[in-house]
Amino acid sequence: MSKSGTILYLDGVSVSFDGFRAINNLSLVLDRGEMRAIIGPNGAGKTTMMDIITGKTRPDAGEVYFDGTIDLTKHDEADIAMMGIGRKFQKPTVFESHTVEDNLVLALAGPRSIFPALFHRRSKAESEHIDEILATIRLEARRNDLAANLSHGQKQWLEIGMLLAQDPKLLLVDEPVAGMTDAETEETARLLKDIAKTHSVVVVEHDMHFVRELGVKVTCLHEGAVLSEGTLDHVSADDRVIEVYLGR
Amino acid sequence: MITQRLFTGGSNRRVLVTALVLAAVAVLVPVLHLALPPSSPFHVPAYMVALVGKYLTYALLALALDLVWGYCGILSLGHGAFFALGGYAMGMYLMRQIGDRGVYGNPILPDFMVFLNWKELPWFWYGFDQFWFAAIMIVLAPGALAFVFGWFAFRSRVTGVYLSIITQALTYALLLAFFRNDMGFGGNNGLTDFKDILGFNVQAPETRAGLFAASALALALALLITSAITRSKYGMLMVAVRDAESRTRFIGWRPENIKVFAFTISAVMAGIAGALYVPQVGIINPGEFAPANSIEVVVWTAVGGRGTLVGPIIGALLVNGGKSWFTGILPEYWLFALGGLFIAVTLFLPKGIIGTWDSWRASRRDAAERARTKAEEDAAPPPVDPATGRPVRVEETPRAPSPGLSGGPAPQPAE
Ligand SMILES: Nc1ncnc2c1ncn2[C@@H]1O[C@H](COP(=O)(O)OP(=O)(O)OP(=O)(O)O)[C@@H](O)[C@H]1O
Ligand SMILES: [Mg+2]
Repeated sequence: MSKSGTILYLDGVSVSFDGFRAINNLSLVLDRGEMRAIIGPNGAGKTTMMDIITGKTRPDAGEVYFDGTIDLTKHDEADIAMMGIGRKFQKPTVFESHTVEDNLVLALAGPRSIFPALFHRRSKAESEHIDEILATIRLEARRNDLAANLSHGQKQWLEIGMLLAQDPKLLLVDEPVAGMTDAETEETARLLKDIAKTHSVVVVEHDMHFVRELGVKVTCLHEGAVLSEGTLDHVSADDRVIEVYLGR
Repeated sequence: MITQRLFTGGSNRRVLVTALVLAAVAVLVPVLHLALPPSSPFHVPAYMVALVGKYLTYALLALALDLVWGYCGILSLGHGAFFALGGYAMGMYLMRQIGDRGVYGNPILPDFMVFLNWKELPWFWYGFDQFWFAAIMIVLAPGALAFVFGWFAFRSRVTGVYLSIITQALTYALLLAFFRNDMGFGGNNGLTDFKDILGFNVQAPETRAGLFAASALALALALLITSAITRSKYGMLMVAVRDAESRTRFIGWRPENIKVFAFTISAVMAGIAGALYVPQVGIINPGEFAPANSIEVVVWTAVGGRGTLVGPIIGALLVNGGKSWFTGILPEYWLFALGGLFIAVTLFLPKGIIGTWDSWRASRRDAAERARTKAEEDAAPPPVDPATGRPVRVEETPRAPSPGLSGGPAPQPAE
């Protein structure tokens, strides 16, 4: 399989924890500009796959390429983030003792060394970019509030906003609508579809209503490997998928 | 740019006031000590100058710890080591100032070396006859140790309890090393019998007053600098690393670099504190490396309120003042009192004195604000939904408490 034209290329990836195979010969290809939804039962290895892509976990075997040429297994988390992969954690993780705005300031693309940070003053361009992001994630009114005081759903949005501030090429979004109201879920689907116009996106989600809303190609993982791939209708009609979801 | 930032923002009032008070004390105490006759009620006696001068260096040490513990979440149980290293660098300078006035009258070798039958000065004592060289070493020795130690520890992602334990091991290892005679630092007895500093007699009231003023000013300056650091973008990153290290990493920062920098700056501050401490107490010995000393610093910081900068200064002064008073009446029970104090603070004042004060103020402000908005709501007619014509309920948005750092939530793991 050719890697050119792909933003993400996983081939034959395996990883085990104390003998337990969390990812088992997984292959997955994402085209540049594509948005993909990943589903699968608990423990299928969805989060572990993101750990591998973002350098948190090293695979025991297999190839992991970004943008067709970059071997991700040779880089660490900070490097990979700087190369253009942003990640939203399954449990929303923001800097709770900072304001919403400061959360974005820290995520904003730019130099990542100590001395520039020590003497940093916010430029007009940076402020404008932050205003834009705040509008996108609908948190303008909360900009000066501590992130700790946001609702669960708003924290999810703030974290997505931090990814945008980072200006990545590829976004990995782990369970973005967990704990959201229906209205918030719809809003999030709209937000992600918007983002997907200019970025490649991988979304992990259990909420089938939300996945349908996204209307993109779906990959179902099970026991660390791809079980089925295609449109949501195709995947949910797959007997093996039905068995995995009902047989538990 | 830092200086500009020093004087902005409202929450810095406390820092500014404290720095000004310290500057005033730096002038007033020496004047009251030197210019007034002992019979005057305003005369500051010599023992007070020495005692408070010593406490001020402790306060600087606590401030140094606060930078790494309060803001960066690194609980160092070995900060006494950096303090002692700075103290030894100063002690080596003071030893060489003795010259041929020692018991053995050797112009080059300090007494303990003559006593050990050493024929020449070890290489690492070269240069310490010059103050500028000693001054560099006061900064360099603790700074370099902290940098190397931090570089290895933080890169291997040692955190939490494990990190605390190895910092404790570090100071213990240095304790054992400095106890050895053949290390060349005076062994068990350490360095003492100092004669003069920069040409002034260390025992003279004027010199003591000068050292006091230097300690107060160093503390004031360090407070302004740490305050500027914590308010910079880098300071926000320290807190980010403290609260959500992996989030910081996944947006492209390297927490290890952020930590090493904070740890090194903090160690340098601790070293300067030690260097100011030694001429005031007249001795430096391996006992300063004792693990218990480093733990005491943690207690001072916790009592005052970590992550508040001014709190640890107040904590150091209060606890040490209490110690002097307490050991005057019940010397053998001091350690119990200290332990009890730590437990009491952890249970009843988990944010320390300043932290508790801040949250009390914030909650009062919130209550006042709520009362005001409620009164306004009651006065104004309820808003009406234009579509239905029925009154709509106004959602109360939760308001932020004080944006202080001390009140921050517990650190959370990613995922
Ligand atoms: N660091 C680790 N050490 C040991 N086991 C792990 C580790 N990380 C993941 N696992 C195991 O690997 C399996 C896959 O976990 P993973 O978190 O990737 O699942 P998931 O598909 O994200 O599930 P969920 O839908 O619950 O989030 C689980 O059985 C988990 O216990
Ligand atoms: Mg998961």
